[in-house]
Amino acid sequence: MTEKQTTGASYYSSLMRNMVLVVILVSITPMILVSGLILYLYQNTYRDKTYAHLAEVVTKHKQNIDIFLKERLDDIRFLARTFTLEELSENSFLQDRLFTFQGEFGQVFVDLGVVNERGIQVAYSGPFKLGRALYSEADWFKKAMNRDYYVSDVFLGLRGQPHFIVAVKENWKGQSWILRATIDFVAFNTLVENIRIGQTGFAFIVNKDGEFQTKPLFDVAASKNIYLDLLHLDKGNGKDVHIVERYDAMGRKNILVADSLKEGDWLLVCQQSRSDAFADLERALWWTIVTNVLGGLAILTMAFLLSGRIVKRIAKTDQEKTKMDEQIVETGKLASIGELAAGIAHEINNPVAIMVEEAGWIGDLLEEEEFKESGNLNEFRRALNQIRTQGKRCKDITYKLLSFARKTDPREQDVQLNDLLEELIALSGQRAKYGNISIRTDFQEDLPAVMVSLSEMQQVFLNLINNSIDAMEKRGGEIVVRTRRAEDHVVVEVSDNGPGIARVNLGRIFDPFFSTKPVGKGTGLGLSICYGIVKKYGGEIQVRSAPEVETTFSVKIPLKKGKSERAVTEPAGVEKQH
Amino acid sequence: MTLANVLLVDDEVPFVETMTKRLTKRDLQVVAAFSGPEALQKLGKEKNVEVVILDVKMPGMDGIETLREIKRKHPLVEVVMLTGHATVETAIEGMKLGAFDYLMKPCDMDILISKVGGAASRKREQETKIVEARIKEITMRRA
Repeated sequence: MTEKQTTGASYYSSLMRNMVLVVILVSITPMILVSGLILYLYQNTYRDKTYAHLAEVVTKHKQNIDIFLKERLDDIRFLARTFTLEELSENSFLQDRLFTFQGEFGQVFVDLGVVNERGIQVAYSGPFKLGRALYSEADWFKKAMNRDYYVSDVFLGLRGQPHFIVAVKENWKGQSWILRATIDFVAFNTLVENIRIGQTGFAFIVNKDGEFQTKPLFDVAASKNIYLDLLHLDKGNGKDVHIVERYDAMGRKNILVADSLKEGDWLLVCQQSRSDAFADLERALWWTIVTNVLGGLAILTMAFLLSGRIVKRIAKTDQEKTKMDEQIVETGKLASIGELAAGIAHEINNPVAIMVEEAGWIGDLLEEEEFKESGNLNEFRRALNQIRTQGKRCKDITYKLLSFARKTDPREQDVQLNDLLEELIALSGQRAKYGNISIRTDFQEDLPAVMVSLSEMQQVFLNLINNSIDAMEKRGGEIVVRTRRAEDHVVVEVSDNGPGIARVNLGRIFDPFFSTKPVGKGTGLGLSICYGIVKKYGGEIQVRSAPEVETTFSVKIPLKKGKSERAVTEPAGVEKQH
Repeated sequence: MTLANVLLVDDEVPFVETMTKRLTKRDLQVVAAFSGPEALQKLGKEKNVEVVILDVKMPGMDGIETLREIKRKHPLVEVVMLTGHATVETAIEGMKLGAFDYLMKPCDMDILISKVGGAASRKREQETKIVEARIKEITMRRA
């Protein structure tokens, strides 16, 4: 990847977008899948349980109704078989039997009647005036005469009130006759009316024509059609109870549970609104959606926040890497220049040495008698001295170049900081001169030596002096370098009266890559490296600045006990160069 | 009396020639050599050499290597290192190997004479001490 690609704004936008997408994909997808799967399984289980419960309710009540009808039929069958037709044809006798039934079962039996094969009710006991009533054309009579017993649909009949009858057929002296009883519609209706499930569940009975045999709790006449197809459900599938879901006339979805009664003539239907039956499921679904939406929002927020933070950090790292690369290149360049300078310095020293020696030799010859009479002797001597002086100057320059280009020597040794600072000031002197900057020293005499790496100390103080020169290069000024001993430390202060450091920058001045110099001029590493070096020796580096008045960098280097306080900065015999 | 017997070793011929003349003029007995091997050869022949002025940087066998050989074969001969390339490492190494002192080109003639004189004195002192020790040893044996 190219430098441009890794540092462009579009690269970070793309990186951020990809990271957000990845975080969202790996977080939200499993959440939705797991939630969906759990909800699906829960929905199926809940539906099965709800259906099973409804089926159980319908089956139980179907049994109750069947038992009720069978018992009523058995009651009148017992009556018909226990007593003779003559006995039952007596109204008073029949009245007694009706009272007995009503005493036994309450007002379930409304009346009793005996009907001969011509359809004439020969005896009647009940609240209506139906003695000698003719039923020969009645539907129920025709059907009852064709079987041993019969339970009719609900109908209005001669009395004009909804009721149904149960009838048994018997034979006496070759003639068929029927004992019939009217079942109280209200009592029968109560059996079904009491079936309630949830908020909306109720039950009713319809016949084959879809006519209601009991009164539904709610008005469902408008939705009658949805019940009709239940009557035609295949009975051969082994299932007694049928469960379907249908929309009613109001557009609401209902669960219908149906089972046949009266040998398939009637259908017991239990109806419940689907939303009522699955209210808990819908609540769970709603909570799942809310949880997923909230979770999704949280993930989105975190994805943006985290990605933003990571991308910001990556950008910062890239920026630092770029600066570091620049610094490495710069260091490499400096190292090459240093090596080159060292080579040139060495090569120059040899011819200079020869020149100086030749001048010395001429000087030696001039001391001989034959030259002493020469009128230009003094001029020769002056010229030779000048050659020697300039030779020494060349030596000083090359020495400083060599010192500067010397590779970092981390070995600790006794270093006399006064001497070191003088060397550095001399090295920076020319540059300061061009900037109209004067460098003044205020050294404490007999300053003890400190145990440090010479090259590292060179780096620290050269950096501080050069920074001061940089700050004042445009308009000139004065740099003061002071040394003093403070208890068990040596303190070196580099002050200048340049523009100073803004208060907001004082706290960050030693941070890596912090620079107030124009882009490309400073790496922001100089003071950070100084700080690291000074701290390594257990020292301190501080800065105080009053802009336009004085800015002072103060370096405290601890004195190590047991070391010689005599300064040894150079090998014996090497002249000090300033 | 000769101040000192000196072997001057440097690959720069003009430097050696001029320096020889100047040292000779200052009552030093000078033998010149232009490389390390030649210096060792001259030292083998000229038994009265007291001080070697040795350039550090020379093609082939450099000054440090030559110094090591001189000290191995002629331990009493003093060596003053002379170079245009003064580094702390070279100085330390030279001193560790027994060099008397270390000077940087171009050097002041008075300082050089002073160092050479000091080196010659030390060699003579050491030789005297050795002689005295031998005499003492012989005397003790006889006693």
